[in-house]
Amino acid sequence: MRFVLTYGVGLIFGLGISLSGMANPAKVLNFLDIAGSWDPSLAFVMGGALIVTYFGYRFVLGRKAPVFAPAFGVPTARQIDAKLIGGSAIFGIGWGIAGFCPGGALPALGTGRWEVFAFVAALIAGIFLAKLLHSLGRPQAQPTA
Amino acid sequence: METTFTPWASLSGGVLIGIAAVLLMLTLGRIMGATGILAGIVQPQSKDDAAWRLVLLAGMVTAPLVILGLTGEMPAVEVPVSMPALLIGGLIVGLGGTLGSGCTSGHGVCGMARLSVRSIVATLTFMFATGVTVYITRHVIGG
Repeated sequence: MRFVLTYGVGLIFGLGISLSGMANPAKVLNFLDIAGSWDPSLAFVMGGALIVTYFGYRFVLGRKAPVFAPAFGVPTARQIDAKLIGGSAIFGIGWGIAGFCPGGALPALGTGRWEVFAFVAALIAGIFLAKLLHSLGRPQAQPTA
Repeated sequence: METTFTPWASLSGGVLIGIAAVLLMLTLGRIMGATGILAGIVQPQSKDDAAWRLVLLAGMVTAPLVILGLTGEMPAVEVPVSMPALLIGGLIVGLGGTLGSGCTSGHGVCGMARLSVRSIVATLTFMFATGVTVYITRHVIGG
């Protein structure tokens, strides 16, 4: 039952990504290309997702616990540090180069397009690289969201 | 490459993304962040922890096939960049998303919806960096 629901949640997310245009790098890059072939569609994706999640979370996080887990796994870190800003800036540069973000690319794997598989393979390599740098540097671990 | 402005499809897609994020929090108490979900699959903490992530990913990957069944067409994936750009971009996205503890879905949707200051700072930072990168690749180098 739990897995059927989780599968359904993944499907809804994937349908949302597919319908929204987030799985399409041409559309993503055009959203950010204000000086060129600007396509403002993605502001509507962000707006729709944020409104639903804001009100939905207010309801859900008011509960004592999730339905199938003992506690909510909500990030508790508060500090604005170089790692957060530097990591986000690096992320943004990569997103601007490739046009895929992880949330857009994962559902797009289902289209079977080789470009998506190439991006996701490199994405996984990047995740390993970050963990490697992390293990070489500071010892504290933070969950990624 | 020109793309068509699709406010209604994009808004509906955004609403579905939001519903999925809320349902994942309601059922498993987890943040719907694609980078974190993928990281937990390629570097599993435990069997149970990897299992829900894999099932979630399976659901995501099925979506284009459902769209194909309903409309007769796969969702559009137009890639206006080269193979090296995809690979270098992918590597940098994975690196930055992991160091910055989140990406568009994790910080941009889930974190901002919780009014997390970290997520708001992260989202503004990467949107700005992405915009500058697109400007440079399209209008400075490529223009």
